[in-house]
Amino acid sequence: MTTPLAAREGAPAERVPRVRSLRGLLLKMALLGMLDALVLYALLALAAHEQWWLAGVTAVSAVAVNGVYLSRRALPAKYLVPGTAFLVAFQLFVILYSGYIAFTNYGDGHVGTKDDAVAVLISKSLERLPESPAYDMVVVERDGDLAFLVTDPDGRVSLGAEELPLEPVTGAQIDDDGVAVGLEGYRTLSFPEMIADQRRIGTMSVPVSDNLEDGALRTQDGSLAYLYAATLDYDPTADTFTDLETGTVYADRGTGAFVADDGLEITPGWKITVGFDNFTRAFTEDSIRGPLLGVIGWTFVFAGVSVASTFFVGVLLALLLDDPSIRMRRTLRVLVILPYAFPPFLSALVWSGLLNPEFGFINQTLLGGAEVPWLTDPLLAKVSILAVNLWLGYPYMFLVATGALQSIPRDYVEAAEMDGAGPATTFLRIRLPLLMVTMAPLVISSFAFNFNNFNLIYMLTEGGPQDISTEMNVGATDILITLVYKVAFGEGSGRDYGLASAFSIIIFILISAIAAYSFRRTRALEDVHR
Amino acid sequence: MKVNRTAAVFVASSLALAAALGGCSSSTSSDDPLASTTSSAELTVWVDANRATELEEIAAKFEADKGIAVKLVQKEYGDVMKEDFVKQVPTGKGPDVIIGGHDWLGLFVQNGVVARLELGEAEAGFSDVALRAMSYEGITYGLPVSLENIALLRNTALADETPATWDALIAAGEAVVEAGDAEYPVLVPSGPESDPYHLYPLQTSLGAPLFGVKEDGSYDPADLQIGSAGGEAFAAKLVEWGEAGVVNTNITGDIARDEFAAGKAPFMLSGPWNLPAIKEAGVDYAIESIPPAGDKPLTPFVGVQGFFVSAKSENALAASEFVVKYLGSEEVQLDLFAAGGRPPALTSAFEIAAAQDPDVGSFGEVGLDGVPMPSIPEMGAVWNYWGATEAALINGTAGDPGVAWSEMAAKIEADING
Repeated sequence: MTTPLAAREGAPAERVPRVRSLRGLLLKMALLGMLDALVLYALLALAAHEQWWLAGVTAVSAVAVNGVYLSRRALPAKYLVPGTAFLVAFQLFVILYSGYIAFTNYGDGHVGTKDDAVAVLISKSLERLPESPAYDMVVVERDGDLAFLVTDPDGRVSLGAEELPLEPVTGAQIDDDGVAVGLEGYRTLSFPEMIADQRRIGTMSVPVSDNLEDGALRTQDGSLAYLYAATLDYDPTADTFTDLETGTVYADRGTGAFVADDGLEITPGWKITVGFDNFTRAFTEDSIRGPLLGVIGWTFVFAGVSVASTFFVGVLLALLLDDPSIRMRRTLRVLVILPYAFPPFLSALVWSGLLNPEFGFINQTLLGGAEVPWLTDPLLAKVSILAVNLWLGYPYMFLVATGALQSIPRDYVEAAEMDGAGPATTFLRIRLPLLMVTMAPLVISSFAFNFNNFNLIYMLTEGGPQDISTEMNVGATDILITLVYKVAFGEGSGRDYGLASAFSIIIFILISAIAAYSFRRTRALEDVHR
Repeated sequence: MKVNRTAAVFVASSLALAAALGGCSSSTSSDDPLASTTSSAELTVWVDANRATELEEIAAKFEADKGIAVKLVQKEYGDVMKEDFVKQVPTGKGPDVIIGGHDWLGLFVQNGVVARLELGEAEAGFSDVALRAMSYEGITYGLPVSLENIALLRNTALADETPATWDALIAAGEAVVEAGDAEYPVLVPSGPESDPYHLYPLQTSLGAPLFGVKEDGSYDPADLQIGSAGGEAFAAKLVEWGEAGVVNTNITGDIARDEFAAGKAPFMLSGPWNLPAIKEAGVDYAIESIPPAGDKPLTPFVGVQGFFVSAKSENALAASEFVVKYLGSEEVQLDLFAAGGRPPALTSAFEIAAAQDPDVGSFGEVGLDGVPMPSIPEMGAVWNYWGATEAALINGTAGDPGVAWSEMAAKIEADING
């Protein structure tokens, strides 16, 4: 991929006499050998699973990697390959896969292939005939054809096979329990033999008479058969299911399920690609659009206010503690960054306990038994979330600002002071712009982080409180990412991975757009140095 | 010198690893990723760590009897295990058998990942509620293992007997509180979104079960009964109980358990999972039926765990043989009881377990009156509306209780039928 560049850059490298250390060579060979061994193993495994496409990609990339490291040229590629490989595996693949899922109907009721769905529907449609007994049976074989040797509860013995209704037989070998276990001309299958052929035996259906309504015998363990009648009939050529009772025809109408004329579906369906349906649904279906727009709005408010408040508090504290006249600065600094020392999800969980209206520390001890509904009132819950996020987020800003402040050359500030600038002017005109050079990219990443701050929301309120008057399962503090979680895995009626992936793509686009715009703006800040 | 040695060790170990991997990959179909293409007769069972140990013995017995190895794969019991099953079975990489809660069944059937299972003669040995839990739309899918339900716990130091009705129980509890011996008349585990599961017995006693029941004993989601007159009466009661502090959305399950264990309440609605903490705290308790709030039958929800066979099992015959004939035996049910302490679903095993541990017997007795928790996939949404509405009623923010309740019923109906 970088060959032209590598070729050009490889030339000067050749001129430098290279010190070839044996240790370096050995290490290289060992690492490459290890990689190749892994690849070989992966290839065999993939071939065994008939994943040819993936095997091809693996093989090509392995050859490329070997080429890069065995050749004396391609120096830049030597540095770029590991990073690129990880980028592809852990970022690009995930994004592309989410993108792919967003264009499918993958979700509850649509998880497998059509063949699986048909097989399950056929099995589900079998109804055990009421009051029908269990028949003792053995599986027998002749010339490779399997048959059921059945002993009914009255002790009568008969033989039947797929499409061959049961016929009474005589002369069967009967065991002590009165069950026929063998028949002249047939060989009785042992358990291991049945296991070897279990797919065939498990799907065999032996009619008890010419009349299909009398039902057919099926077995699941090879020793007992039960009588079933089908309620649905599958026609492979027309690709339709017909309800034998009502005559309703369910056909594949391209929606990933068998659907009747009146729109009634039988489950399970199967996974298909649905184009832009999920995106269209997100913005046109009222029950989704309303909550979605509200959630997008709150997500922006949440991320924006969180970044602004943590930035303000963090920089303020950093400035205060940057003043050499303050005593015990080190101790104070440690105290200030303390919230950063706890895992955020743990802090959020602790805060949710502290904010419990009746038993929480805040209400009970600090407010003397007040019952402020910190997390259960829609508006207060939002305020609480922002407050807790301030607590969690300002140490980061403080740390970065402290470092950045220390890197601002003293003489700039002194020069400004010589020119008669007061502290406020010095800060606004000299220190803040210089601070922003370092901090702007971090502010942007902090925005992106808070945009997807799942832990905080889920640990503190789980997105609640829920407004009981809305239709969709959305709470007052849900942000986009928690909504995605609820749609994909949540408590709603059925998970919808397709829709959730579509939401993720929307998040991706929003964040990318904001980041791209902001980074362009920050480039202007870098002019400060010139 | 140090660097040198580190490098040497690294080289040596990576060479060894490369050799080992190379060795693996060149060997024949004996190792795992390659084995699944040949029709290897091995059963994979997903089970939680506790019970995996107890199943080792029966797995070995199955292998000795039938020549089929049983591989017990330990998974953490819960939603992840359920999700993994639904996702992996369609790819053909799922297990043959899984242990799971009956409330997962609706999801399994909706996604077509579970195979039907005929229990045959074994059926007679199980309690009715366990069998009903293991079936969906009239078809049996699983072998029941254990039952779980809530009952009333009474602190025997604070109350001598359990009153016959819920109102009398509240009065008795309030008397204890007034006497200064306790802080709460009764503890009902709840939470910000309330807890319809713990409140359900009381709701049914006022005549508002969630669904009607079909002839075959299965739920009829089309016959929604939650919105009946009894439901509105229950809604009014919730407002009353909320005002009186009998039910409180600030009392989470953990708080309720801790407060009861601290001897601060004479009564509590609780499942067996709280007993260890209460025992440890040294509170003497009795386990009894929950007194009804109305004159209709009181039916707590019963959760049943069981074994299910994958719809795409390559070893369907062996899997159902293992599940029905081996895992359904009294011996295994008792072993699993020893591992989890949950009452066995097999009646004969339950009797032995109850004799060993009276608490199990008491909870089991209460559970016999219970109904399986509905397992339709829409339950997720149902719990949501249900909990949110009950929480609003308890907190007095729902407005007219009857209206709030019927609006909730309408939403549940729309969700199930839409």
